[in-house]
Amino acid sequence: MPLAAASADTGDTAWLLAATALVLLMTPGLALFYGGMVRTKSVLNMLMMSFVSIALVTVVWLAAGYSLAFGEDAAGGLIGGLDHVGMSGLGPDSVQGTVPTILFATFQLTFAIVTAALVSGAVADRAKFGAWLVFVPVWALLVYVPVAHWVWGPGGWILERLGALDFAGGLPVEIVSGASGLALCLVLGPRMGFKKEAMRPHNLPMVMLGAGLLWFGWFGFNAGSALGANGLAAAAFLNTLAAGCTGLLGWLFVEQKRDGHPTTLGAASGAVAGLVAITPSCGSVSLLGALVVGLAAGVVCSYAVSWKFKLNYDDSLDVVGVHLVGGVIGTLLIGVFAVESMTGGAEGLLYGGGLGQLGRQLVAVVVVAAYAFGVTYGIGKLIDVTMGLRASEEQEQTGLDLTVHAETAYDHGVLGHGAPVSSSVVPHAQKVTPQA
Amino acid sequence: MKLITAIVKPYRLDEVKNALQELGVHGLTVSEASGYGRQRGHTEVYRGAEYQVDLVPKVRIEVVVEDADADAVIDAVVKAAHTGKIGDGKVWALPVDTVVRVRTGERGPDAL
Repeated sequence: MPLAAASADTGDTAWLLAATALVLLMTPGLALFYGGMVRTKSVLNMLMMSFVSIALVTVVWLAAGYSLAFGEDAAGGLIGGLDHVGMSGLGPDSVQGTVPTILFATFQLTFAIVTAALVSGAVADRAKFGAWLVFVPVWALLVYVPVAHWVWGPGGWILERLGALDFAGGLPVEIVSGASGLALCLVLGPRMGFKKEAMRPHNLPMVMLGAGLLWFGWFGFNAGSALGANGLAAAAFLNTLAAGCTGLLGWLFVEQKRDGHPTTLGAASGAVAGLVAITPSCGSVSLLGALVVGLAAGVVCSYAVSWKFKLNYDDSLDVVGVHLVGGVIGTLLIGVFAVESMTGGAEGLLYGGGLGQLGRQLVAVVVVAAYAFGVTYGIGKLIDVTMGLRASEEQEQTGLDLTVHAETAYDHGVLGHGAPVSSSVVPHAQKVTPQA
Repeated sequence: MKLITAIVKPYRLDEVKNALQELGVHGLTVSEASGYGRQRGHTEVYRGAEYQVDLVPKVRIEVVVEDADADAVIDAVVKAAHTGKIGDGKVWALPVDTVVRVRTGERGPDAL
């Protein structure tokens, strides 16, 4: 954590304002990415899980999340204190490094939002919407916030005591979302018809649009994590672009060899896998390292997404295969490709640093994955036995869009200008007609 | 009179329409259909998982013609829809008792 400066630097502040908006855009981007991958009957529910995550996590973060994650350490590097509950003590003049503290807090908030939204990919098509509204705030406080403190908080045990590296969130974002997604889909059980029915993506152009927006936002995520408009931000930016590209190419190469077709979903998934893996490492590795990190993620994740069929867990949209596996690859490879010119000290195996850094990365990966999995499993079980986590059979069969939200995403009827032939205005609607 | 129904590949629709127009058939009805014959659908791949999609998109063309014209119409449709590849479709004919033109009330061949 940089030392406090007397006042904020305008260039750094301008960049971080832009980066914060970019990262927030990732969540609507993710909504489209995920929304296109589900069936027509639950696309709105999928979009809603991301959008309500923005609202829920923001409220929780402002109330207590920021203080617990980034307040002064209160318990041996495990959790922050309550000094800034309700953002108290933070005004426009408070400075964190070279940027206003409230901007730093907002930037970090956008990370917490997208991490929660990422988890929803594991529960697509079958989670109760009400249960999701309860899960997100509880999970944000008990899972995301502590891990964020371990990694980036003042005195956090992973970066400051263990000495593992994580530039933009391989541990709190990618590994936490992947491990949490795995836990939650185990509590939920597979979708009706899993491995029997074809659950094809209903709109691949929407998936591609979402992946494009994610990629765009990812520059704010990674280059913004330099917390300044500087050379490190530029290097992280280029590493992010490079790894996304080799991830895309790696996934397509595997598909062509294995299935005989390079698919659009594969291109989108490969780019995301590369971006996931470069997230922790973008501020630590050489450009060669970034190219290899992306390629490794594209190749390995394209195989990892089929684990769910072999191991019989229904991680609907492959949060485990892409985010957990990609996050582990990127976090571990820091121990191989870290260069002193980027880290200012630590070096990876390939650059003469020995096995030390790799070992530290491994410890961080194992502890964070185990913690996120264990606590999320507990929260999921608790919600399941109290209010119920899973939608009813009828809701799941009919689709959550209609049964939960009373809406449908598409009206493709060709009779009567796109309306179903039997549609008519029910008398009930007159009750809400505005008075003249 | 005969009702001739043809299930053909969607991209052959224009060819079939043109062929029927050349024969002097005045009207037809087209609807989207899906189904399979001997080819049993196709395979799609998503993230390495293969899905067998058995119902493939087709169009159904229906025309009602006089008995004497039926064979010529069937031949024209078959010729226009033919590609020689699997999945070209089917054509069949059924007898029709009555046809009424809604606008005028004309019945029988006059209504065609």
